[in-house]
Formats: sequence, C-alpha cells, structure tokens
Amino acid sequence: MVKITIDGKVLEVDESKNLLEEVLSHGEDLPYFCWHPSMGSVGSCRQCAVIEYANDEDERGRLNMACMTSPREGARYSIEKASQFRAQAIESIMINHPHDCPVCEEGGECHLQDMTVMSGHNYRRYDGKKKTHNNQYLGPFIGHEMNRCITCYRCVRFYKDYAGGTDFGPQASHDNTYFGRWQEGPLESEFSGNLAEVCPTGVFTDKPFSKHYVRKWDLQTAPSVCAGCSVGCNTNPGERYGTLRRVVNRFNDEVNGYFLCDRGRFGTGYVNSDNRIKESMTRKSHDADPYLASTEEAKAQLQAMAGSAIGIGSPRASMEANYSLKELVGSDNFYAGISALELGMSKQILDIYGSRPVNVANVVDIEASDAILILGEDLTNTAARLALALRQSVRNLGKQMARDMKFPEWQDAAIRQLTMDRKSPLFILSPHSTRLDDIAAHVQIGSAADSANIGFAIAHEIDSSAPAVKGLGKDEQALVKTIAAALKEAKQPLIISGTGSMSPALIDAAANIATALNTEDKKANIALITPESNTLGLALLMGDSTASLDDAMAGESKSAIVLENDLYRRAATAHVSAFLNGIDQLAVLDSLKTKTGEQANLVLAAGTSFETSGTFVNYETRAQHFYSVFKPEASIRPSTFWLSDLTLAEITQACAQSIVGGEGMSHLTPDAEDLVDMKGMKVPRQQHRYSGRTAMRADINVHEPKQEQDEEGIMSYSMEGISALKDATVFNTAWAGGWNSNQSVFKFQSHTGGALKQASNGQCLIQSTAKDKTWSEISETNDVASDFQAFPLYHLFGSEELTAHADAIQEKATGAYIALNEADAEKLGLQASDGVTVINDGNNSGSVPFIIRSSIAPGSVGISVGLAGLDLYNVAGSTLSLEKDNTWTAPTNWKMNNIIVSDKGAV
Amino acid sequence: MNNLIATTAIKARQLTDEEIHEIEHEKTHYPYTQAVGLEALKIVQKYQGWVSDESLLAVSEYLNISPDELEGVATFFNMIFRRPVGKNVILLCDSVACWMLGCDSLKAHFTKTLGIDYGETTEDDLFTLIPVPCLGDCDKAPVMMIGRETYRNLTTDKIDEIIAEYRSKN
Repeated sequence: MVKITIDGKVLEVDESKNLLEEVLSHGEDLPYFCWHPSMGSVGSCRQCAVIEYANDEDERGRLNMACMTSPREGARYSIEKASQFRAQAIESIMINHPHDCPVCEEGGECHLQDMTVMSGHNYRRYDGKKKTHNNQYLGPFIGHEMNRCITCYRCVRFYKDYAGGTDFGPQASHDNTYFGRWQEGPLESEFSGNLAEVCPTGVFTDKPFSKHYVRKWDLQTAPSVCAGCSVGCNTNPGERYGTLRRVVNRFNDEVNGYFLCDRGRFGTGYVNSDNRIKESMTRKSHDADPYLASTEEAKAQLQAMAGSAIGIGSPRASMEANYSLKELVGSDNFYAGISALELGMSKQILDIYGSRPVNVANVVDIEASDAILILGEDLTNTAARLALALRQSVRNLGKQMARDMKFPEWQDAAIRQLTMDRKSPLFILSPHSTRLDDIAAHVQIGSAADSANIGFAIAHEIDSSAPAVKGLGKDEQALVKTIAAALKEAKQPLIISGTGSMSPALIDAAANIATALNTEDKKANIALITPESNTLGLALLMGDSTASLDDAMAGESKSAIVLENDLYRRAATAHVSAFLNGIDQLAVLDSLKTKTGEQANLVLAAGTSFETSGTFVNYETRAQHFYSVFKPEASIRPSTFWLSDLTLAEITQACAQSIVGGEGMSHLTPDAEDLVDMKGMKVPRQQHRYSGRTAMRADINVHEPKQEQDEEGIMSYSMEGISALKDATVFNTAWAGGWNSNQSVFKFQSHTGGALKQASNGQCLIQSTAKDKTWSEISETNDVASDFQAFPLYHLFGSEELTAHADAIQEKATGAYIALNEADAEKLGLQASDGVTVINDGNNSGSVPFIIRSSIAPGSVGISVGLAGLDLYNVAGSTLSLEKDNTWTAPTNWKMNNIIVSDKGAV
Repeated sequence: MNNLIATTAIKARQLTDEEIHEIEHEKTHYPYTQAVGLEALKIVQKYQGWVSDESLLAVSEYLNISPDELEGVATFFNMIFRRPVGKNVILLCDSVACWMLGCDSLKAHFTKTLGIDYGETTEDDLFTLIPVPCLGDCDKAPVMMIGRETYRNLTTDKIDEIIAEYRSKN
C-alpha cells in the first residue's frame, strides 16, 4: 500500500492496481469507457485523464490516464484539474454519436450518458453530418446499431480476447471503424449476450428484451439465481406488466463475476410461454374430462394423498419444494426423481467433497489455476460460465511472465503481446473435440473408460500409493507422465470432471488425482459438475436413502406426487408409461405442460424460479437463496404452498436442520434485525424512479389496486423501503447517483472488482477438513460387445428442459441427432439425405439425422441429450448398433448449422 | 478456428501456385502465421488486382486465420482493395499542401474527363480514382501516384497528357 494525494485528499492505495481502480474504490467519481475490472486496461478512450504532479513544487503537472498509471508513494494527483480535457475528449467521441437517446434501449442505463454528464460536456457544438453505418443481423440474441459506437473496443476485448470468439472483430479505421462479423450471421460465441452489458452504450442490445422493452427503472427486479445449470450464476431478472422481460448479470465474485452465458440470459422465455400451466386441473380418472380446480380444492386434494402416495422429487426444484414433498409423503416414500446412476454419481461427488483433502473450486479458484485437467466434461455445454473462467486460467502463464518482468497485471494489451500463444497447460480427455480445444495443450480422444484409466494412472504417477493401472499403451504412458508433471509443477492445479460422461469411474479418477496432488502446503482444486440447478441439493436431501426414480418405478405404489419433473426425460419411454399406467392417482406440480403432466389426475400450477423464492445448491454445494421477482396470477402458486402449510422461512430452517451441512443454509437471507435502520421497512423490488404505478392498470380499472404483498419475505413489491445505497444486505439492481448503468456495481464492492460489501455470496454446505488421503479403487470395466460405444453430446441451447422452451433458444437449438466418424458413416453407406436408426437391446430410437465429426473415434457414436426427437434413455443398453434409413425426411427442427463445433465434416 | 455456421454461400477459391509459393516464402520471415496475413493479402492483390470474398476465405483457410480477423486487417489498410479496381489506380493527394495548391480543381478535372468520382472506376476498367492523405512530396504539390510512379507539380494539362499516355499503353 502507498499513500497518495488526490485533490488534497490523502488516500491509501494498492500500488499493484491502477490508479483508476483505486480512485473508484475510494468512492471518487472518475469517468472511463475502455477499462473493465475483469479485462484490465488498454488506455484507449482517454476518459480517465488525471493530472500527475512531479513534486510538491510542480503546479502545472502532466496529463496521465489513470487506468494506465501505477500509483506512486507520496505522489500528488488531481481529478478536478483534468476535467476540461475529459470534456473535450468526450465531445470528440460524441461527434458521430446520434441524438437518439429517447428511442435507444440503453437510455436510462447508459454508461455513455452517465460519463458525458459527469465530464461536464453538456452542449453539443458539432452540427455537421454524422458518420452512419449499416447494421448486421447477428442472430436471435443480439441487436446491432453501429451508429451509436464510440470505438472503445470493449466489445472486441470481451468477445475475442476474454471469451475466445473468432467470428467478430474490428474493421476499417478512423471514422469508418466498424465492429461486427465479416459477413452477417448469428454470433457463434456462447457468451455473446455479455456484449449488451459490456458495451457502454446502445450498439449491442438484448434482442429478446427489445421485443417487449421497458426502461431499467420501470422493471421490478429481485436477486435471483439462474436455474440453467449447476453453476448457479447470480442474476437480476426484471418484470413489467406481469411478464418477465429480461435477465442481466448480478455480480457475485465467487460464482459468476460480471458475466453470464447465453443460456442463462436468453433462456427465460418459458416463463411467459403459452406452454405454462396457469390453472390447477383435476379429473376423476385417466380418461375423464378434466375441470378447473379452485386453489383450496386443488390443495386439499393434494394434501389428501399424503399417507398413501409416494413423492418423486426433482433436481430443478428448490430445496424447500423438495423438502416439503419429502415431509408430506414421509422420508420412506420420497424418491429422488433422477436415475439410480445419476443419484449415485451425485452422492459420490458429495462424498468426495467431504472426505478427500481437496478444495472445491469456485470461479475465483478456477481463474487462478495454472494447470488444468478436464476429464470427460464438455464444459462449454454443461457449465458454460466455467468454460469462460478457464479461458482466463490459461492466461496465468502470461501473468507470471509479466510479474517476472515487473510490470503490472492490469496491463492487458501488453501482457497479451508478451505472451503471444503461450498458455498455462490445459489437458482435455474427451470422446470428442470441444469448444476449449483452441486453448488446450493436448486433447486426448477416448471413451469415458479410457479417460478414467488415464486419470487413475495420472494419480498413481503423482502419488504411488494411489491404485495403479495396468495395460496402458506406450503413447498413453507418455501422456500420463506429461500431465502428471504439469499438475505437480503447478502452484494451483485444477481437476474438472462431472456427471456429463455418465461414468462414476471418471469421477473417481478425478478424485484420485486431486487427492494425489495434496501436499502439506497445497490443496488441489476440484470441480465436479452436476446436471441441474439443484442436483446436489436433492442428493443432500436424500441423506442415506438411495431411492431413485428407478426404484420408484419398480415399486407397487398406486398413488404418486411428481414435483416439477418430466419423468419421460429421465427414463425410457416404455418404462415410464408402464409405471404411470399403473398409478391410479397421479398428481403433478409443474410450471410447464409436460408429457408426465398429461397423464395426471391432478395438475397443480406451480411458479417458476422467477415467481417463487427458495434455495438452490450448486456444483460446489454452495447454497444460494433466490427471491421471487414478481407474483404470477393468483392461480399459480409456489410448489411449497401446495405441499406445505408452513411459511417459506420455516421450511428453509426445517430443511437446513434436516441435511448434512445444512447450518450454512439457514443464514442466506437477512433477518429483520440484520437490516440497518429498518423502521419496519422492507427491501424494495422496484427502483425509486419506477413509473406509472397509478396508471398501469387504468385500462382495466381507474382505481389503483393495493400493492402486491410479500407476506413472507424480507422484500416488498414496491418502490418504498430501504435505499439500496444505505443497506445492500439484499443486493438487487445496481444503481448509484450519477451511475445509472450496471457499472455502478463498484459502489457496492469493498474494492473495485472485488467482493460485495454486504450481500450474501451463498454458503458452501460441505467443506472438507480431511487431511488423510483415501483412494477410490479402480472399478472393472467390461468391454461391451456391440458395434458402437455411445457417448452423450450436450448442447448449451436445447439440452436443458426449461430454457429449451424459450423462443430465442429455440432459434439457436436443433432437434436430436447422432454424430459419428467419417469412416463409420461410409461403412454404413450414409448419404446426406439418410436418417439413422439407433437400436439397442431391441429398443429402436426411430430415425434421426446424423452429422460427421472428424474427431470422434471409429466405433464411437455421440447421441444428443435432451433435444427433441430422441431420448438417450430409450437406446440405453449393451448391444448398440446403427442402421441406415433412406426413406427418412428431415424434420423441421433439424438445423444442422446451429451445431457449433470445431470438427464438423461435410456430409 | 471455427467458422462453422454456413451463413453465406461464399466458397474459398483455389490459391494459385504462384500465390502459394510467395505466401510460403513470407511465412519463413515470421514466428506466427497470423503475422503473414497482411503479406498474403498483398500477394493475392498483386495477382488478382483486388481481394474478393473468395480470395479472403482462401487466405483464411490457408493460414488458419479466421475470416473476421483477416477482414479486420484487409479493411484497416486503405491499399488493400476489397472491391474491384481499374487497371490503373490513381491516388490523388488531398492533404493540406496539395489542397492549398488546387487539388480540388484537379479532382474536378478527373471527374469531368474520366466521368468518375472518388472510389469509382471508369467503364473501360482502366482507371480508379482514390484520394490519399499526403504522399510526402509537399514541396512539389499537387501530386498523385499511378502504380509505382509519382507525378508532381500537376496541372490539368499535365493530367491530360498522363491519361493519354496510359490510354495509349493499354
């Protein structure tokens, strides 16, 4: 730390950071455009200019850009004295900027507006002709309005440098500078949505939001958690007139930082979809006509089932909902709602987290890792935010080079220049090429069993007390040595695996490697990815029970309650149908119409995670509370309401007490005493500028209705309440005086870019204190006597059940397909116009399209997961074979160009 | 690199042997192939006269640089032509010294005699007129370049002579 003086004020600042970051951390206002806390400095926009004085006598000083300045001990700076320069700089930036704020979607949360006002440039003298550009079609997610561009280059620095995108860039120079694709077309990066937040003005906008746009201050928002995968990114969804309008990032330094993936941002359309269950329905028997049930009637019917019914839980329902069902039907009658394999792997992960001497990696740990091994997890498609973090991990070598040369880490362009294509090592073991191959030191193609073998061998190579593997080939042995050496040499090695490959052995291998890397002064990082937003939470709730969906279906029960779960997505169709046919009384609670729901006698309209509050447990066992954003129509209720008579807070506490490590779950929301200066006030969901409250329903009735009440929570559906700037214990939408855009988040951080001052980051329920190394034994893998080995292929767009219902995601998704090697396609005599039938143990998938992927090993076939048209469970078995179908015609949802992979071959 | 969404029907053309030979030669000068992008575009332009989409894709595939990256390079440099140009590209200086000594009237003269504005090409594909900011010959302003030849102290008469000379050559 060094002491500096800014405009007479003495500040203590960190000399390893840049002056801009430090000045902001001390609450001063200094404009900037190109700098970003996650992307460092390039010094191109000239907005953060300050005067730096050589010594005490110096009265003139010299102009410096704060973002490119390392604070010096005893130095004197002035923000004030450079204000005229900043106003001039922004005036020149604004020459080509249109006067279209009233029709621009950024208006009201525009960093450019804020900075222009802050700089003091409030009158435009330029009245000449402005440069105009053609806009491009960039796909269903992002709108493009190039005329508004101020050439800060943030879009390129995010899209290419930070997120590794290759299909976007700067073109031309000076007045003609243009940011776009070389030809129009959908952006390929899975993180394109962040452009809308990274762009300081309205060049890149959220396209689905455009279709039902409202200003930021008119949105009702709440702190939420994304239900799209097991990462649990923090989000800030906004509602107006009863529909969900958009999702933006909510900062949480340990989970998602400043960024979201496109599934999380654009996958919310299902909330407003026609496919919603809006009323509870009931019928006497399977064939009888259903009729509307009142709330009281529906709840009474459901409650009456307790005693005889089994309960089937869900990995996409909250802890509270699952717990309530478990309480209603009794522990003995509660089944996890996922297959035995998936439940087994989830419990295996919990066991590893608790009993091995390892550190479960959050996003900060991942970004700090300097050698990484991925075992069979296609991260970009199963936990995308972590794939983005890995792109930062491999830059650690460059940062080390910079430290060795004694220049600061925030010098982004300089470090990239210094590093060129040198990277910290990343190794990938996978049955197919992945979207991270471009930053990998080595990609080893092989089946899950092969990868697990290599993994076990690596563990043994690092620590000879780990079980050894026999029969590895020469090349594999060399690879094992290389990877083991790189991991051992690293300061912070990271092992990533998960349930994606559906292989318990692979998870064991990952655990052994992380265990082997444990030394007295170093714990290895491990991250084991699970499929859904609350998979690990569900596994925790099961306690010692191993009751899976398979067990439920094998039982004799005549009555069942299914919670937010479409069983047809989790087991073979014939199997599920047989089970449901045997059920006399079936109750389904869900937000969307499903095939399971169609068979129910009683359907209860349940709220989505945007309309209810609760807790999700992510891949780290981090429990995070999400607050309901808005109240849906009265007939839609939270699952917890249907299942229980307790308040949500009571359920949360009871649930916390019932699970291992649950203590951490009981303090995720503040008590009334935790909030300062309460005076009976709650935390408002609406901003103080929220408009039209008295008029928004005037077309229906001129009498203003009573505000919606949140009887249970700490938040209110209102604009009155505790000011966020006074108390951000519940961190909702970021806003600060003069800072209307999302950039205002730094006002809530203890240090710019660092942890929030107040709000909860969630709490990891299981943290290992184990010191002793224990090992998983190598399980026997039986060679399967079939023509093909199948492996699952995941898609960020389409594989997840709920988000797949969003229109924007539909546009980027495709129907089911299989992928295979060129040689195999030739062997089967496949032509582009043919379909393929997958046959296994007598089960027939029906015909699906195929693609050629050159990276896939001969004899392997990739089968898409969760995409409409083929259910992986329907072709599970041990005698997989493929058959050509030349009478096949392509279904309308088959959009091959939506499959973005790096090894697609021509058919 | 993964330019995998077939958003256009554009297909790369086959690079000629001469082009490949010269690009391979340039590759030996740099540790990274990305650095050869600009030289490769210049080589293509030397043989083809300009850089078509098909040529850009060809270079992109040959050097494994994404077409977006290459387009950034191609459009940054004014002398890489992404549209067809005439056989002779007239670079007329419109910088301060030339402007003071009447480049505007010379430009008007070109427009009158050749019937083309800046950025346009004559119908017989002989001439393209492009403005450049400063050719470094200010003491002999106004100046212009055609091919590798610089013409100094220009007047409308001199321009007529030069044009006639080029017409007779072709």
